Amino acid sequence: MSEEKTVTPSSRPRAVQSRIDNLRSQYSRGGQRRRERAEQLYSASQWQLMRAKFGKHKLAIVSLYLLGLFYLVAVLAEFVAPYDPQERSRQHLFAPPSEIHWFAADGSFTGPYVLSGRTRVDPATFRYELTIADDADVNPIVLFPKVEPYRLAGLIPMDVKLFGAEGRQPIFLLGADNLGRDIFSRLVHASRISLFVGFGGVIISFVLGLALGGISGYMGGRVDSLIQRTIELVMSIPQIPLWMALAAAIPPEWTGIQTYFAITLVLSLVGWTGLARVVRGRILSMREEDYVMAARISSAGTWAIITRHLIPGFTSYLIVHITIAIPYMILGETTLSFLGIGIRAPDVSWGSLLQQAQDVVVISNYVWLLWPAAFVVLAVVLFNFIGDGLRDAADPYAK
Amino acid sequence: MLQFALRRLGILIPFLIGISIISFVVIQLPPGSYADSYVNNLRMQGTNVSAEQEADIRSTYGLDKSLPEQYALWIGKIVFAGDFGSSFRYNRPVSTILMERVPATLMLSLTAIALTWLLAVPLGILSAVKQYSVWDHAMTLLGLIGLAVPGFLLALSIMFIVYQNTGWLVNGFFSPPFREAPWSPEKVVDLLRNVWLPLLVLTVGGLASITRVLRATLLDELNKQYVTTARSKGLKEMANVLRYPLRIAINPLLSTLGWMLPAVVGGEIVISKVLNLPTIGPILLEASIAQDMYLAGGIVLILSVLTVVGTFISDILLAVNDPRIRME
Repeated sequence: MSEEKTVTPSSRPRAVQSRIDNLRSQYSRGGQRRRERAEQLYSASQWQLMRAKFGKHKLAIVSLYLLGLFYLVAVLAEFVAPYDPQERSRQHLFAPPSEIHWFAADGSFTGPYVLSGRTRVDPATFRYELTIADDADVNPIVLFPKVEPYRLAGLIPMDVKLFGAEGRQPIFLLGADNLGRDIFSRLVHASRISLFVGFGGVIISFVLGLALGGISGYMGGRVDSLIQRTIELVMSIPQIPLWMALAAAIPPEWTGIQTYFAITLVLSLVGWTGLARVVRGRILSMREEDYVMAARISSAGTWAIITRHLIPGFTSYLIVHITIAIPYMILGETTLSFLGIGIRAPDVSWGSLLQQAQDVVVISNYVWLLWPAAFVVLAVVLFNFIGDGLRDAADPYAK
Repeated sequence: MLQFALRRLGILIPFLIGISIISFVVIQLPPGSYADSYVNNLRMQGTNVSAEQEADIRSTYGLDKSLPEQYALWIGKIVFAGDFGSSFRYNRPVSTILMERVPATLMLSLTAIALTWLLAVPLGILSAVKQYSVWDHAMTLLGLIGLAVPGFLLALSIMFIVYQNTGWLVNGFFSPPFREAPWSPEKVVDLLRNVWLPLLVLTVGGLASITRVLRATLLDELNKQYVTTARSKGLKEMANVLRYPLRIAINPLLSTLGWMLPAVVGGEIVISKVLNLPTIGPILLEASIAQDMYLAGGIVLILSVLTVVGTFISDILLAVNDPRIRME
């Protein structure tokens, strides 16, 4: 709490000013807090600074919570989705999103319910139309209904769902597809594959990129130019045709899990180059820093310099880069699955759900088939907002 | 200048070899040899294949030899005879299919890139000169769309909106009545009515990021002293920007071709499926699904070679435009 730092305005005599400051710091709690904050700022670690800065980025924080919700839903897919993704209802082919009613026919409040109905082909337009009888059954929507026992994520036995409709009418929050399967349930199950494909891909790219970029940057010379040329080579090949040809090599008889890992591998085989470049660039510039020289003079070994002095210096950059790399993986998976060479039925991913929406005439009849697209775009945008927030937070020179 | 070009050419050749090796690996990747899938395909069609014929197929493709020998055979035939092998899916030589389809892909991609630059330069200048204006923010939004909406989805959505509102179904390059017809003014109009959609989708992808690049470099240059000098001498602002800083800011733009070309070609492959374009995209997809690997590998090879050569040309252009680069 020294007073030397306060700047004295020339209009006041020095002694008076210092007394005022003294009183302020004694009596105003705001001043006290500001001082403490400033002191904390001086002693804060890099991570605390980053977190504080990130916290000011409102959009990034909101995105983080929303995305957290996405992942929570993906983990709890069996609980959140009211039906099995493969469960068909023959009476509800292409059923539109269920209308949720809150009041009974006489106007009294009943709580949410859906009316029973079924879809039939309209003989004139050949389009499936929903018909609801005048005396249709009322099916209340309930929270935590009891269902057949199932296992959450294949592990935890459970017998309740988040919500569902009582009676014989299923509730289609986002409509039904060509086989009468609930799109919401399929979407929730699909998010498990689509959201986690990014993580797997990024981990592989991360290991490859960190190792090769690190070697390239630290060794320099011949090794460096060899690795750099390799990266340029991989980058110059059009990604999507290469993905397509590589995905084609996945044997059709492989199981869902195997295909999933193969797709992840295909995506990351191209994705590591960007990360390797970031790592190399950082290491190259930091290798020449004085503190690295100081460590070397103090006879620290190469390994110690890399792990103790270099890696902490660019971890924040790595995190930013990874956050931005994940949505690319998600888009890659979606594109491959949409084209029919990614995740295969019976497994569902956002891209494979969109396969039904390839034909504009079909979409114009059953526009709810496009729902998975909305989730893809939203997830990618959220990741990018978080990435922006992190980038600002990680940059020590940004205001 | 010549020296620079030769040096770049020296880098280009190992690149082309690297690409051919990767394409060959792609061909070899599916389990089972090409002959197996070929024979299986014939048998599924009901043709009887004797063991002799099978051995014949094997020796034609050199499948009884070691991998390096197979590679040498494959690449040798391509380089010296233009023979890419044959496709069992289409029962034709791969080279014929490539000749039919690749030019359309190339034309579409190059037009999209030209269009992107044509739009990006004025938009970039606008964003830089009027920083933080409505335009500037609009470009940021466009960038977000280009980033978050995959090309096929954008194509599908625009197609859907157009179809809902006007009943016009964008499909291929030409509407059915014009497909076989000779060129006529009506056919050109029909082409324009269809081709704007793929061009739009391919342009949106790169436009925002190119504009960003131009904006950033232009903003740097605008604060430099030579610009202030020109301004203080009474040069009109627009003439000033166009004459001096823009010439420097255009350089990084030329070097973006290196990543733009692969991206646009890849984007074209995907949207051609949705828009039913007669380009190489749908063929590559079918070849991949059927594991018709000589076709798929040939397409990957030819597209990669084209992009690498395109990047080479852009490097040369860059050196022509910027003496500092060829002196390095």
